[in-house]
Amino acid sequence: MTPALSVRNLRIEIPTRRGVLTAIDDLSFDIAPGEVLGMVGESGAGKSITGSAVIGLLEPPGRVAGGEIHLAGERIDHLPPERMRHIRGKRIGMIFQDPLTSLNPLYRIGDQLVETIMTHQRMTTAEARDKAQRLLEEVGIPAAKTRLSSYPHQFSGGMRQRVVIALALAADPELVIADEPTTALDVSVQAQIIALLKRLCAERGAAVMLITHDMGVIAETADRVCVLYAGRLAELGPVRDVVKHPQHPYTIGLMSAIPSLTGDPDEALAQIPGSMPRLGAIPAGCAFNPRCGYRFDPCTVERPPPYDAGAGEAACFLHAPAFARQAPAETLRQADAAGIQLSIPNGEAAR
Amino acid sequence: MSDVTSQETNRSAPGAFRRMRDSDLWYSFTRSPLAMLSALVVLIFVLAALFAPLIAPHDPFDPGSISILDSFLPPAWEDGGDARFLLGTDDQGRDVLSTILFGMRISLAVGFASVVFAMLLGITLGLVAGYFGGWVDSVIMRIADVQLTFPAILIALLINGVARAMAGPQSYDKVVFVVLVLSIGLSFWVQYGRTVRGSVLVEANKEYVLAARLIGLGPWTIMFKHVLPNVLGPVLVIATINLALAIITEATLSFLGVGVPPTQPSLGTLIRIGNDFLFSGEWWITIFPGITLAILALTVNLLGDWLRDALNPKLR
Amino acid sequence: MSMQGLAVANETGVERKTLVEVEGLRRVFDLSKPWLNRMIEREGRVFLTAVDGVDFSIRQGETYALVGESGSGKSTIAKMAVGLLPPSAGSIAIDGADVWGKKSPEAERRMRRKIQMIFQDPFASLNPRWRVGSIIAEPIKAFGLIDDPLDRAARVGELLSLVGLDPRDGQKFPHEFSGGQRQRIAIARALASEPNFIVCDEPTSALDVSVQAQVLNLLRDLQERLGLTYLFISHNLAVVRHVATRVGVLYLGRLVEEAPARELFAAPQHPYTKMLLEAVPDIEMEGKDRQSIAGEIPNPITPPAGCHFHPRCPVRRPECDVETPPPHRVGDATVRCHLFGSAS
Repeated sequence: MTPALSVRNLRIEIPTRRGVLTAIDDLSFDIAPGEVLGMVGESGAGKSITGSAVIGLLEPPGRVAGGEIHLAGERIDHLPPERMRHIRGKRIGMIFQDPLTSLNPLYRIGDQLVETIMTHQRMTTAEARDKAQRLLEEVGIPAAKTRLSSYPHQFSGGMRQRVVIALALAADPELVIADEPTTALDVSVQAQIIALLKRLCAERGAAVMLITHDMGVIAETADRVCVLYAGRLAELGPVRDVVKHPQHPYTIGLMSAIPSLTGDPDEALAQIPGSMPRLGAIPAGCAFNPRCGYRFDPCTVERPPPYDAGAGEAACFLHAPAFARQAPAETLRQADAAGIQLSIPNGEAAR
Repeated sequence: MSDVTSQETNRSAPGAFRRMRDSDLWYSFTRSPLAMLSALVVLIFVLAALFAPLIAPHDPFDPGSISILDSFLPPAWEDGGDARFLLGTDDQGRDVLSTILFGMRISLAVGFASVVFAMLLGITLGLVAGYFGGWVDSVIMRIADVQLTFPAILIALLINGVARAMAGPQSYDKVVFVVLVLSIGLSFWVQYGRTVRGSVLVEANKEYVLAARLIGLGPWTIMFKHVLPNVLGPVLVIATINLALAIITEATLSFLGVGVPPTQPSLGTLIRIGNDFLFSGEWWITIFPGITLAILALTVNLLGDWLRDALNPKLR
Repeated sequence: MSMQGLAVANETGVERKTLVEVEGLRRVFDLSKPWLNRMIEREGRVFLTAVDGVDFSIRQGETYALVGESGSGKSTIAKMAVGLLPPSAGSIAIDGADVWGKKSPEAERRMRRKIQMIFQDPFASLNPRWRVGSIIAEPIKAFGLIDDPLDRAARVGELLSLVGLDPRDGQKFPHEFSGGQRQRIAIARALASEPNFIVCDEPTSALDVSVQAQVLNLLRDLQERLGLTYLFISHNLAVVRHVATRVGVLYLGRLVEEAPARELFAAPQHPYTKMLLEAVPDIEMEGKDRQSIAGEIPNPITPPAGCHFHPRCPVRRPECDVETPPPHRVGDATVRCHLFGSAS
């Protein structure tokens, strides 16, 4: 089956006065129709900029410097702005963190929905209005008919985000990009929005690229996860595997650093030393190597490409048999204990 | 990621200088030919004004060196021109080039002084209004609103008139400089006041100000040590643009005859003097000071525009 | 985790003296438009009760966490506790001294020195134009702790090492640091006046997870080493569970449940606390569905009558709409809910 979105060897550069920064370096992933792919990473890891690149709205001077982006088999990264504008909204829906930025405060909700529907679909105003009302009902807004003539400020935060979801789905897109859709909302409302987004996209068979820093949201929503670190892929795999049995040292550290409602609260949280490098100061070799407890020789020299690891892939030399054999036995033992599924036979690891 | 650093000339320099050279502002400046050209012109003008007594070919205020016989000489390249007087002479036989150089001194001095005065007044009132809020804020800002409904030149004329009446005709010449600075400064403070107040409202709620309040620092300490340095950016832009305005306002006042007296002419006074002879053919007496004023105002304005763009990250 | 284990932990805890005592705390904001607008638009005055009669106390060396969503009044309480915002009613006493009571300038200084705050946004809490060293030295200077510049610089270096930074970092400007490092600087500044009570207002909510763990561990480590007492404000229950000794749950300005942390997380009593706990994303992937909670937080200007939570409450009773529930003791917890009224 053709993936709804296919990103191949994407490279995004930001030229600045101090040199060219590589915001995304050699990133590849697919999203199948009806699938939710979670994009996680710390701030500055490049998750949002990837979303912007896909919808062709990279903020200048950022630019796609390499790689390809395909939407349902059609290449879209080199389309002229005019064509891209048509694809946005119709074939790709967008949901942002702050619902207020997606809604025009001066227009009624109904008019904004009708306008979006009619730009992308041949319909009479009356039909579009009917559809707008159906959409509002679908996203769970009570008294949808009367609410059509309300202004954005008359809605609560959660209700606004529901309207934004309705707007994003108005033209039945193949792909929905949701950038931190729940970050601005209260905990008690987050669950409602997540459930809604997941249900509606599943019903329509739309693929979702869910960008968030919140592993909890990913664990509940995504089918697969893509973990980014300093603009590079760290790990990609089915959500259950990545959350329960992470294969990249960074993901392992990330998962154990999250405070949870189980476990001993008196024990100090596991922490990753240091912080993510700035784009201008990414170390040679693996970007994570200065903070990594399993670092060995090749890590500081060569950049690891994604290797098969467990049920997914991880950009770590521990998963490359040729390299892993060079690692000290102690490192391998520790990695094994941390749940990293080494690709070399156990006997060799023990040596 | 090759070829990263720009062509830096790694001179060993003190910290402050190095920071200036590494700053975004300097970078933006070196990338803007118009800004650099404007800065160069302004610099030349300011230097010429500062060193007018050394540069000027004649001393236009020394009665001994002026001869009425030299009056109304056209510029040197015109028929009847005299090589001694490059831009010609005026009705009293004073060298136009020299009067322009000395006139610029007055114009720039009044301009700078009134901008500084307006800035001090506006920043203080803006800080007070923004930081204390309440009725203090209301009173200051309503006064500002009322003043904004009148053109600045009208306010300046009014203040000027009042001061003139109070000082009397004899002593007026002695205080004219102060009166001009006060009247122009008072008519321009509103912009600073409003801008500073707006920035203070934003900054005062930032957590670093709360942290300063937490250790018991007084409001004035917080205002001047913490808030002020963070609101100076926009003030600088207004000050630059206002410098041009202040120079023009001074020229206007002098042109209208309420500015500096002809014995100590500013550019505006020179234009007024020359204006009387414009239609009798002696165009150089008014045109050259006029051109000088125009170039000065234009370049300062361009500099202000660049500064505004450079300091506003949205436009960068 | 067995219930016996809990009881033992409680018993073995050393009885410590109470450091912070908050009583009947209340704060009302006047949101009315200016007089002239009210006259012309024929509108009345508008008041927002951000904090409505909150009592709690914190024992020396413990961490008291206030949990709540937006509009719960948790940040308002924080500001009143450190003396940035005067309460409309009620009192806050720290080490016996009323934070808002009249006192001599000397006593005022002595009290302020003992209270510090760590803010949410490390990008806004450090003056961008000051060097880090000056930022940390400012409280030392303001309270006149060390007069000699060299000794002061040495102390700043000491504080920087204490929070895990290089003493030489004092020469740099805040923009040269990452968010986590900036929060460390903010902590160093808070420690500079040698306080014993620190209010942490969402100190990690602007940070990334891996950095959040560093800062939480640092706060805990400092508490043990310096015997600090924390008031910890957060909306994140999982974070609170890792730092708190006691927890107060706020809803629209009222403390709906208050209990020792272990008890609160093991057996939440108030329907709102239960709801909050169920809303925490299931990172363990045990397959439990996040309980979808009905409704949103009402506008705090016009909160529902009776128990503020009643419109969203799954177990509401007729009296909930009209009567504000009084506090009820349930085990070690204090719960404001009519459910427990009949039981007692």
